[in-house]
Amino acid sequence: MSAGVKDRKVSGIGASVPRLEDPPLVTGRGQFAGDISFPRQLHMRIVRSANAHGLLKHVDVSEAKALRGVVAVWTAQDISDLPPIEFREGPNEKLAPFRQPVLARDRVRYVGEPVAAVFATDPYIAEDAADLVTVEVEDLPVLVDASAPVADFANGLTTEPTICRQGYGDVDAVFRNAAHVIEIDVAIGRHSGVPLETRGAVGRYDAARDVLELHGAAKVPHRNRESLARMFGRSTAALHCHEAHVGGGFGVRGEIYPEDVLVLLAALRLGRPVKWLEDRREHMIAANHSRQQRHVIRAAVDAEGRLLGVDDRFFHDQGAYIRTHGTRVAETASGILPGPYRLPNYRVNCHFRLTNKTPAATYRAPGRYETNFVRECLMDEIAKKLGLSRIEIRRRNLLQPADMPHERPLTALGDEVVLDSGDYPGLLDKALARCGWDELERDVKARRDDGELIGLGLAVYVEKSGLGPVDGVHIHVHDSGDVEVITGGASVGQGFETVIAQVCADKLGADYRRVRVVHGQTDRIEYGIGAHATRATVMTANATAIAAEKIRVKALDMASQLVQTEPSRLAIVGGRVVRADAPDAPLITLGEIAGHLRPTSKTRGDREPGLTADGWFNTAHMTYPYGVQIALVTIDGGTGAVNVEKMLIAFDIGRAINPMLVRGQIVGGFAQGLGGALFEEFQYDERGQPLSVTFADYLMPTAHEVPKVDVLITEDAPSTTNPLGVKGAGEGGIAAVGAAIASAVNDALGGIATVTSLPIKPQWLKAVIDAHAAASR
Amino acid sequence: MKLMKPAPFAYHAPNTLQDALSLLAALAPEDGRILAGGQTLVPAMAFRMARPAHLIDINGIRELEGVSIASDRLRIGACTRHAFFESGEIPGRLGDLLRKVVRFIAHYPIRQRGTFCGSIANADPSSEWCCTTAALDGIIVAESARGARRIAAKDFYKALMTTALRDDELITAVELPVLSDDTRTGFSEFSRRAGDFAIAMALVTYRLERGLIADAHVGLGGAEAVPRRIPEAEEILNGQAPEPELFAAAGTAAAAAIEPIDDNNNPIEYRRALVRTLVGRALASAA
Amino acid sequence: MDKIDVILNINGAAHEVSIEPRRTLADVIRDDCGLTGTHLGCEHGVCGACTVLVDGVPVRSCLMFAVQANGRKIRTVEGLQQGAALHPLQEAFIAHHGLQCGFCTPGFLMLAVGLLEQKPDLNDEELLDVLSSNLCRCTGYENIVKAVKAAAAQMSVRK
Repeated sequence: MSAGVKDRKVSGIGASVPRLEDPPLVTGRGQFAGDISFPRQLHMRIVRSANAHGLLKHVDVSEAKALRGVVAVWTAQDISDLPPIEFREGPNEKLAPFRQPVLARDRVRYVGEPVAAVFATDPYIAEDAADLVTVEVEDLPVLVDASAPVADFANGLTTEPTICRQGYGDVDAVFRNAAHVIEIDVAIGRHSGVPLETRGAVGRYDAARDVLELHGAAKVPHRNRESLARMFGRSTAALHCHEAHVGGGFGVRGEIYPEDVLVLLAALRLGRPVKWLEDRREHMIAANHSRQQRHVIRAAVDAEGRLLGVDDRFFHDQGAYIRTHGTRVAETASGILPGPYRLPNYRVNCHFRLTNKTPAATYRAPGRYETNFVRECLMDEIAKKLGLSRIEIRRRNLLQPADMPHERPLTALGDEVVLDSGDYPGLLDKALARCGWDELERDVKARRDDGELIGLGLAVYVEKSGLGPVDGVHIHVHDSGDVEVITGGASVGQGFETVIAQVCADKLGADYRRVRVVHGQTDRIEYGIGAHATRATVMTANATAIAAEKIRVKALDMASQLVQTEPSRLAIVGGRVVRADAPDAPLITLGEIAGHLRPTSKTRGDREPGLTADGWFNTAHMTYPYGVQIALVTIDGGTGAVNVEKMLIAFDIGRAINPMLVRGQIVGGFAQGLGGALFEEFQYDERGQPLSVTFADYLMPTAHEVPKVDVLITEDAPSTTNPLGVKGAGEGGIAAVGAAIASAVNDALGGIATVTSLPIKPQWLKAVIDAHAAASR
Repeated sequence: MKLMKPAPFAYHAPNTLQDALSLLAALAPEDGRILAGGQTLVPAMAFRMARPAHLIDINGIRELEGVSIASDRLRIGACTRHAFFESGEIPGRLGDLLRKVVRFIAHYPIRQRGTFCGSIANADPSSEWCCTTAALDGIIVAESARGARRIAAKDFYKALMTTALRDDELITAVELPVLSDDTRTGFSEFSRRAGDFAIAMALVTYRLERGLIADAHVGLGGAEAVPRRIPEAEEILNGQAPEPELFAAAGTAAAAAIEPIDDNNNPIEYRRALVRTLVGRALASAA
Repeated sequence: MDKIDVILNINGAAHEVSIEPRRTLADVIRDDCGLTGTHLGCEHGVCGACTVLVDGVPVRSCLMFAVQANGRKIRTVEGLQQGAALHPLQEAFIAHHGLQCGFCTPGFLMLAVGLLEQKPDLNDEELLDVLSSNLCRCTGYENIVKAVKAAAAQMSVRK
């Protein structure tokens, strides 16, 4: 095999190549928001409400203003002409009254709500000054339970802005006639992404060019730039967002927050760059929370355990305001709850409720982490009621390959649910075989007979990815041979640059190390979709493939003239044009071809100048990767602690561009999912005071808590909705961890109690174990 | 709303113990405090929960360094870091015990800076060293410009994070009794994650005389506002042959004897249940 | 409060700074000495992202005041490579995909360097114990452990 062909296999699609992102990051040369500084910059510090709910009577900033080094202190009155932050998906009259003002006006609704902004010459002075601002609040009753009766919001509106309803079929009829009805009432605790880097932003007004810049943007820079431009009444030519290095996103970072708006406004008004960095305590109370829902859900099944209908009534705890996502998370939960099962009738009513807590939004696998837990608990309960194994109940209900594509008259993430391809029973079989389920069951039984509290659990789930509808990239080959791929994507640390470079290299025939990927800069490309909803690999990579192919055709067309050979007999390998039958004899490089295509080149002829191309990829629907998670857990009867002894995640991603990165996403997601299942929770007291505000109270897994995970990536069902066949892996690891671990813990408890909420805590487990022991004496 | 940069303070770095004590005498009334390892004080200052106007850094004082053994006592100087106890340099049963315990203290980098005596002065109920001094009947040596005094562990821990130490006193050393070669020691702790603050812990020591337990010490930490020995558990053990049922009984007695801390996450009954488990496990593992 | 003149020896270079005592070592390294590779993840000593070496010992720089480091030898992530040659740990992190967003990475690198230089022959359990000192939110730790093990093997071969 020649070196050229080997190059392609080694660095193209399917290869686990090392990342392009790594060198600056391992040498301490990363540029995170906190590392960005401009001359004469001011530092912003936010004064936040210490009350969960109340009338804002007075904010006294006089002492703060008098402190040396303080340039300005703003309250709502100072920014009264600023509109509230828009919803990402466009205006929504019904939900509009519930948006958060940039600074609290006449009410505060959660501890942590921004009330004033201090601008000073250094961050320590800014904090000293913030300490001097006094906020007078007249307390109002505090609501912390989303399933408690609704309260007054303001102006005749209640704390239930809307009820999201979806469904199909005749649910009431099937419940009347069902052989069995099973009901459970379960809740997911409030938790969130909590990246290691807290939020930060630097606003800068370039007066010379009349451009307002936001540095430290993330996730959806183009969308944000459009929103912000509208807010500030500026053209999109005059407002740009710049993404630097991002220390983890997980859905939480990158939405437009009040602080982003404030640094921009301050840069404009104060005539100096304004830098803001959040501290950890602020992050825990001010960055988006997520996950908190309570589902009261019923299933109607026939005598064989087949689902006839599901009726779900759930309470979504949105926190104090509706932020940029609107009701997206609740809607997604509603639409995706049925998962991989055949479900002829379905009804879901989501009570979208406000409480006096930090506002909530998306966190990795939003709506799915929650509903996988709910649905799989329900399936296990059905199995128990009918005396069937948990495997059998799933086999009887899983959609079959012949059922695909399977349309459901539901929407999730604003998209109609069309399960494009998948072999759910096939993956279940593979997962069971991979972990040796039958043998594990025997081991578990033997150990249980010996007195251990030990159990096996499983979850089957469908994920969503590849949110479209369209993305485009621009590729330009430099005379040096470097290939620049300019995307509207974003990097939150997931390896975006490497994946795009691999696809480009593969389709073009270049070396991926010579591919530079630009992302997160709204002044480099006009449109972009950012990185969220596991869309980059599907959308941006496919657009890249299309553009790369165009470059390849242009390059060979130019080359064929130069080397006097038909394009069909040429190939590009490692950035060099070769004859297809002589791959080791390079004829001309991509860089040289780019030189020949310069505007003034005499060899260019009528060809358009530049070795450049745009590529656009359109898709009608999201794709649906799917998975199975299996967990083996023990419970320490003396302390209530749960130990995950074995964990398997089987996930079909259609096609892996970089298997090493895919595994990294799955394992990383698993660790977060484990946190949500056993450790992490934003707790509040009855006065709405947040109790989990440091890393000592909000417990995230360390290397000790994360067990080895067996990851089985399959590529059995390539997506039918994009040419690369990819489905994306970003959320597959986390999505069903709560479900699988709850299933295993329930098995270990052997019926003495059933998990009704996440996180599953040792205090609860010990109490039910001891109560059972006492009762049996 | 709490902030995360420390409030201003004046910094002092004396070179001798005498200078440190004079400074402390002068500055304690003006909210002056000792800076040793800083692993607890500095984050408290970052949260502005502590706002000392003066910090007296004792890390440069030679006289406070080092560990020595004299007659039947191990003397631990004020600047001795947690990590020292991992080294195996302390011989005998006491050294083994301290090495068992130190693994549970926070994490490796914290142990490089944090000090044994600093933990004693801070008196967090979850402190492993506080439990150790209580269980072994240690002596705290407190010095001030007015002189020195020796305080028995059982008289030192007064209430939640409150000790007998006066504002102008510095712990210059803690003494622990050297354990005889036939002493068995056991330690068991439970926390949510490795390295977290313990919800409860048990430290036990005993000897065997003609096959029966003698001189049993059962110390608990994390469960009550202060660490202490539990006589009810010790009485059950002394004079009996060591075996699982006995250990369980001692655990039950300890659980019943305590007034557990009641916090948001850990109901009283949970701490009782933990104590029962951990006393049993510490005894079972005692070697 | 009055400022104190301090000389911080970082990666072999002397930085003369005049600072308030309340400034943490982390903040001074980043803001006054311009070495932003050391990151702040929590500022209360739990996450370890700010880990640097002080006289060879891994220390959380947010838990030390800069004045305490006067005259000590400090090493940060910027000092790991020798010219263009990456340190074996840096190479191992790249080879084994030991980082995703990279924010926690300098802290892990310095923790591992300090550890392996003091105790080159750690067993798996001891290694896991030390590596659970720091938090990572992206990787799930699997590849961090792999990378450090691989580097440890490399470093002992080189001796």
